[in-house]
Amino acid sequence: MSINRILFWFTLAVLALTAPFMVYPVFLMKALCFALFAAAFNLLLGYAGLLSFGHAAFLGTAAYLTGYTVKDWGLTPELGILLGTVAAGALGFVFGALAIRRQGIYFAMITLALSQMIFFLAVQMPFTGGEDGLQAVPRGYLFGFIDLNDNLSMYYFVLTIFVLGVGLIYRTVHSPFGQVLTAIKENEPRAISLGYQVDRYKLLAFVLSAALAGLAGATKTLVLQLASLSDVHWHMSGEVVLMTLLGGMGTQAGPLVGAVLVVGLQNYLADLGSWVTIITGGIFVTCVLLFRRGIVGELRALWKRSF
Amino acid sequence: MEQTSILETRHLTREFKGFVAVDDVNLKIRRGTIHALIGPNGAGKSTFFNLLTSFLKPTRGEIFYNGQNITNMPPAKVAHLGMIRSFQISAVFPHLSVLENVRVALQQRLGTSFHFWRSTRSLDKLNDEAMHLLEEVGLEHFSRVLTVELPYGRKRALEIATTLAMNPQLMLLDEPTQGMGHEDVARVTELIRKVSENRTILMVEHNLSVVSNLSDTITVLQRGTILAEGDYATVSANPAVLEAYMGSSAHD
Ligand SMILES: Nc1ncnc2c1ncn2[C@@H]1O[C@H](COP(=O)(O)OP(=O)(O)O)[C@@H](O)[C@H]1O
Ligand SMILES: [Mg+2]
Repeated sequence: MSINRILFWFTLAVLALTAPFMVYPVFLMKALCFALFAAAFNLLLGYAGLLSFGHAAFLGTAAYLTGYTVKDWGLTPELGILLGTVAAGALGFVFGALAIRRQGIYFAMITLALSQMIFFLAVQMPFTGGEDGLQAVPRGYLFGFIDLNDNLSMYYFVLTIFVLGVGLIYRTVHSPFGQVLTAIKENEPRAISLGYQVDRYKLLAFVLSAALAGLAGATKTLVLQLASLSDVHWHMSGEVVLMTLLGGMGTQAGPLVGAVLVVGLQNYLADLGSWVTIITGGIFVTCVLLFRRGIVGELRALWKRSF
Repeated sequence: MEQTSILETRHLTREFKGFVAVDDVNLKIRRGTIHALIGPNGAGKSTFFNLLTSFLKPTRGEIFYNGQNITNMPPAKVAHLGMIRSFQISAVFPHLSVLENVRVALQQRLGTSFHFWRSTRSLDKLNDEAMHLLEEVGLEHFSRVLTVELPYGRKRALEIATTLAMNPQLMLLDEPTQGMGHEDVARVTELIRKVSENRTILMVEHNLSVVSNLSDTITVLQRGTILAEGDYATVSANPAVLEAYMGSSAHD
């Protein structure tokens, strides 16, 4: 590693570790959760070329299951999160198996339709708490002894999950599997003619993406101590598309930047009520028109051009 | 038992909404030969390729490969039997490096293609073999180049190297010299001759000098049916061929 790189990562690490002393920790944790959510979504869109319009289903399913099992069964936080993640992955397998043979817009429509069914279930089933959602979910004690009600402990716990999740995505992209995924995205007929049963690779990408989206949702529930209908609403599916495109799809940092921007904006503009949607929409349209490759994508192109 | 024909079609037919693109084709490809498929645009050559490799399902008829009925077998399985195709439009992975293009084909034999937890560095043990294949097609100095940056003729050479990585018994090449300048045509012609050792090649080709240079057998396809078959001398002396093929390819 070059000196510059070491310096870069060192600075980033110091910033990440000291951030909760400078910025409101709950905001930071929320941003980390959504950044992980967007990164998981980008694994599918940016690296497998599949546009899902139903990722709220995975975030939301994990959010509810983790919330319910932690609150009503008294599961420890790490087990609750694990359960939510696995459930989201399993749901991803079902969605994927039904949608993967479809191309382009049909794929998006099927994922949307399936996620609307999950939304419907969340509205109907008694354990989700309907309009109120699951409130006052206890954060509990990590491994039985670390008190997560302390925002600082909770922050480092969330940061660890985030680093592991994003690390897994990085590894997946740079793995033998990632090579095949790139090949399929770039030229699917050629990948088939080289003997790859492409549907299986796409399905695995879908399951991984769904599970990681679930990990983000489960963690978010513990952070905000709340799982609600907005987690499974199609707005949420749209928002993650927005975050990813805004930051730059197919780049590792893009979705993270996009998520932090969107969450930050929502936080900052929260007082304006329904105007938030219109303003973020306007910013989104402007960005897409100005920076076709997203913020990180454009920066990277600029960097390449000037060296 | 060693069959003399590696591939055989029986009454192979494909219709598109009533339009018959491939019409009752009975074709045998002899093992170890270079077999050319020629014919005017729209004759059904690419459709025929798509049928052979299961990219399209036939409306009627059967396909036998090494004596095995492979009709309706999934395309990826056909590939694993050793029949590998190229495409009419160049088939590379533009944002993988030249070396990675070849390695993607090689990596299947490691059995780690679903391993998302492993580093790409675990594929480096295939680099020597990939380099060797790149040498075969004269691309050894381009191994680290991003494929999108290769000139067109080199991309087609890379395609051949990638196909070779599958160690195919039967290579199907769809217009391998299409859109190339003189030098590239000569280079690719030599390359095909070189890689045809110990292999069977079926190729669609418009360039008649390439065809006459390389092929043992030529089949002329017109409106989905076989018009003539034989070596170059036989086929080129056939008046029906002269009229049909030369006549209608003069304006494309
Ligand atoms: N998917 C398709 N749907 C409808 N018609 C097709 C399709 N593919 C090919 N055809 C038609 O079949 C005929 C043969 O096409 P093709 O096999 O590409 O010819 P060639 O490769 O010999 O130029 C053409 O008339 C073409 O329009
Ligand atoms: Mg053709």
